[in-house]
Amino acid sequence: MIDERRFTRRDALKAGAAIAGAGALEAANLAAFAQAWAQASRWKPEKGAKLQLLRWKRFVQSEEDGFMALVAAFTKATGVPVTVLNESLDDVQPKASVAANTGQGPDLFWGLYSLPHLFPSKCLDVTDVADYLGKKYGGWVPSAVTYGKSGKGWIAIPVGYNGNLINYRQSMIEKAGFKAIPQDTAGFMELMKALKAKSVAGGFALGRASGDGNAWVHWCLWAHGANLVDAKDKVILSSPETVKALEYAKELSTHFVPGCAAWNDSFNNKAFLESQVSVTNNGVSIYAAAKANAGKDPKAKEVMDDMNHSLWPVGPAGKPTEFHVAYPMLGMRYTKFPQAAKAFLAFTLEAENYNPWLQAAVAYLTHPLNAYDANPVWTSDPKLSVARDCAKRTLTAGGLGSVGEKAASALADFVILDMFASVCTDRASIKDAIAVAERQARRIYR
Amino acid sequence: MNQPTTWERLRADRDWLGFWFMLPTAAFLLLFLLYPLGLGIWLSFTDARIGTPGKFVGLENYEWIIGDAKFQTAVFFTLLYTLVASVFKFAIGLYLALLLNQNMPFKAMIRAVILIPFIVPTVLSAIAFWWIFDPQFSVVSWSLRQLGWIEGNINFLGDAWNARWSVIFANVWRGVPFIAISLLAGLQTLPPSLYEAATLDGATRWQLFRHVTYPLLTPIIAVVMTFSVLFTFTDFQLIKVLTNGGPAGSTELMATMSYNTAILGSRIGEGAAVSTAMVPFLLAAIMVSWFGLQRRKWQQGEDND
Repeated sequence: MIDERRFTRRDALKAGAAIAGAGALEAANLAAFAQAWAQASRWKPEKGAKLQLLRWKRFVQSEEDGFMALVAAFTKATGVPVTVLNESLDDVQPKASVAANTGQGPDLFWGLYSLPHLFPSKCLDVTDVADYLGKKYGGWVPSAVTYGKSGKGWIAIPVGYNGNLINYRQSMIEKAGFKAIPQDTAGFMELMKALKAKSVAGGFALGRASGDGNAWVHWCLWAHGANLVDAKDKVILSSPETVKALEYAKELSTHFVPGCAAWNDSFNNKAFLESQVSVTNNGVSIYAAAKANAGKDPKAKEVMDDMNHSLWPVGPAGKPTEFHVAYPMLGMRYTKFPQAAKAFLAFTLEAENYNPWLQAAVAYLTHPLNAYDANPVWTSDPKLSVARDCAKRTLTAGGLGSVGEKAASALADFVILDMFASVCTDRASIKDAIAVAERQARRIYR
Repeated sequence: MNQPTTWERLRADRDWLGFWFMLPTAAFLLLFLLYPLGLGIWLSFTDARIGTPGKFVGLENYEWIIGDAKFQTAVFFTLLYTLVASVFKFAIGLYLALLLNQNMPFKAMIRAVILIPFIVPTVLSAIAFWWIFDPQFSVVSWSLRQLGWIEGNINFLGDAWNARWSVIFANVWRGVPFIAISLLAGLQTLPPSLYEAATLDGATRWQLFRHVTYPLLTPIIAVVMTFSVLFTFTDFQLIKVLTNGGPAGSTELMATMSYNTAILGSRIGEGAAVSTAMVPFLLAAIMVSWFGLQRRKWQQGEDND
């Protein structure tokens, strides 16, 4: 209760600071808090400790700036220097795997989805940090528990999520006779059909787009009640539900703009910013880009004013089946400074640090702890509000199955994405596409 | 006088001296060529994953990939990619080399300009090709639309076969300068006296090319084309950036598949099997060019074996 109150008061203070435009005050507050925190904290960094952290290379500059401010505050308070290395998203996993198995490398890794579950026994046990944060900040969302826990203990702290949302143009869907994005799959089909016929068509990536492509095809698969594997990691892809999902996607793709099969993760951003598509799926980064250029480019301003975000429709499965990106952060067991690593993880998610960072990320990151629902970023701009619930609604990599190496392998091999793409581009019949994917999945999940 | 020890004799012996001089190079080759190759082949017989050594599983990985539809597609496209791109690169490269060998104004500058596609880093040129092949913003589609020749945009990378021809085109563009400049260097070493003699004998331009230039150039063609085929067969960056193997695996090369499986999918053993499967093809390509194109009778007439 006390925590909650302090948390809101702090926010009010920050809002005031923002209006006054006094960033210096905020920095001073952060430094004062950090010092007090370091003294009270139960994790005392080892003498002479220094940390190295490898993270994915940022997509939104202000997010990285916010993160680096937090890192600087940590160093100032604890005297522990933290070196931050940036690697492209795809390279974090192989580097972490090699580090885990050779027993040397950065102390902390910040990567994707199942990263900690590729080598659970090599991860620093952070149960105490997770319990502390969970108790203090209103509990973890369910998917965070799945990503963070292995067996009884926590092996990683899911620091944030990246919501993958439907991005749409209000004027264009209105021209097609809709006021909002329908929240059921049948209605959504009608929308896409009407957009193609009467307005500007929409489109979802069918190329090998590991972010946007995987997000929408997994939504489609799960929305129809289909799954790659069951809870025991047994492959159950070959099912009437999968056939339904593929039939739906095939019909949906006939209403796409031409060329979606060529799209990687950035093509839809470009097309949307140039008003070439009315509906696509993406993080909030298109909106961020439009906003950044709105001052000098009237076209960008038009996109910014007209666009909005929506959560995904619910299909026959009867519940949300979204697939948002999860970003867990883990410490390595080989680190010489486990206390410093734990202190850093705990420090990161403390309200005084996490709130400004979350705001700096302008909804590119969604929080894993319930208390942060109150962060001003979710109310300051109504167009970003839907991203607040991404962590609560997302299913985990691997669907019903485990979140470990097998799920990561299936994603890296584009098992599901290629199955959808080959059906939607008429390269294979539904039956053949399922057979190819099923064979691959059996190999991965053997 | 003392008998020299074996070591002293080995040290002074002139025949052994050569061996000692070769030793650093041999060690270098062993460490950086043979060891990785051997390790790759060994890994392909195991079920290794990133970081875990894995157990010996015999031919299991190979049995799996041979039955895998995606691997079959990758092999098919790798062969097609290599064959078509190499033929075009050779034809265009030779043509350019012959042109550049003529006397013309600004010769040095034009020769330098020809090299540009080769100098630009592959990833950058691939990004330029994005804009050429973009489904929405392609300059080609745009120009043709302005001319009124087509109605919609061309689906360069979204259709399996369009995508295949598009990436082959990009590879040809990139590979031509290497062949053109190498062949040009070869052309400049040909003795002018042979041309004078042939001209005095009344040879036409075609005969000059067919019976003087071409035979004398074959050793260089053999070397250049061997390299070109090897580069093309093992191409990676262009595909990785342009299509990442999509749509649905239709432009997947064995090299990109190996990387995806071994590094991103962390199944090292299986990925090693995919890349080891490239070795026989590469050896075959080397054999053809060295034992085929380098035969003396190709260079010196039918009956000179």
